[in-house]
Amino acid sequence: MSPAAAAVAGHALTAHTVGTHTLTTHAASSNGSHGFLSPTGVEITFLLVGLVTLGAALVTVTTRQLVHAALWLVVALGGLAVEYLLLTAEFIAWVQVLIYVGSVVVLLLFGLMLTRAPIGRSPDADSGNRWAALAVAAVAAVTLVWVVVDAFRTTWIDLDGPAAGSTQATGESLFQNWVLPFEGLSVLLLAALVGAIVLSRKAKAEPGSPSVNSRAATGSSPSVPDSRNHPIGRNEASGGTKPERPEGTEPGTPEGTKPGTPEGTEPGASEGTTPAEQEGAR
Amino acid sequence: MHLAYPAVLSVLLFCTGLYGVLARRNAILVLMSVELMLNAVNLNLVAFDVWLSRAAEDTLHSGQALTLFTITIAAAEIGIGLAIVLAVHRNRGTSDIDRLRDTAEGHDPDHDSPAAGQAEKAEATA
Repeated sequence: MSPAAAAVAGHALTAHTVGTHTLTTHAASSNGSHGFLSPTGVEITFLLVGLVTLGAALVTVTTRQLVHAALWLVVALGGLAVEYLLLTAEFIAWVQVLIYVGSVVVLLLFGLMLTRAPIGRSPDADSGNRWAALAVAAVAAVTLVWVVVDAFRTTWIDLDGPAAGSTQATGESLFQNWVLPFEGLSVLLLAALVGAIVLSRKAKAEPGSPSVNSRAATGSSPSVPDSRNHPIGRNEASGGTKPERPEGTEPGTPEGTKPGTPEGTEPGASEGTTPAEQEGAR
Repeated sequence: MHLAYPAVLSVLLFCTGLYGVLARRNAILVLMSVELMLNAVNLNLVAFDVWLSRAAEDTLHSGQALTLFTITIAAAEIGIGLAIVLAVHRNRGTSDIDRLRDTAEGHDPDHDSPAAGQAEKAEATA
């Protein structure tokens, strides 16, 4: 048990260190289902934090306020970091706090703001197939819980001794045995960041011409007829629309930027730069 | 600690994320649910690595190394995913995945109201 995990577990540590071995032998001697009824302190702490985590995750997927979903996701991910600490995986826990709570949720909040998510309750947050989704999730949960509990009924994690996931152990295994995947992963991360920047900067390919997002920013056009201007969409099938566009879509630009459109370009340009800067800052 | 505690918590978190992926309409909420599913897998990996590092001979700490890789790939995935969602929102004016049905079968948006589409186009180009 690591010191950080002991700090989280608090007073449950003494009960845990005393009780694990007797509980292990008890479970080995009798049938293991009795082990659920005599939990140790770490197990009780794990259960309580797990309930908080699961409740936060449920609120995340069911709330109708979009920003609140991102904020409840912070609670769920932080609870998972505490669970990692209870499992003596310190380094993973701090990486979880840094990466998920620190950057991924901030990215999600930026995404919600940039896509003009409605503040307050949005009644169409769930689609029409939510009952089918609920049925699928419930069947999957029942099946997987049954399989997992039946498979690992008599299996116990020994949390004594040195921490299995201390920074030293993780670093030694990572840089002795996993160096080549680590380097490959850094190349993948670089490629992903460059790809995100390229995807975000595509509206700024021609700085003088306003892009299609100026038309999207008016908000008057719904999405499905809007897609007909798109060159990927079937604008050639409806041939009668040709004379209404004097310049036509330029074939070189993949987003169909129209140079003659007189609307302002300010919201599109600001949306184009912000994810790139955000990616670069991350 | 009994191994069933982290395994069952991981299963429940995964199914919560599965419900969110299937039931949500906003693309960013779908990405949040994907993050929940990835975190459930991470909890499973950490729990089994801690169990096997005592039970087995030499496991190379593969579970925790794979957890770090998964966290990194999830960060890359959320960056790319948000860039795609923002690009779709720029082009279509929405991030509602129920409306992005251009490649759906049995739902032909070209034949329902071509006059309305031309009116939209005239309004857009004017």
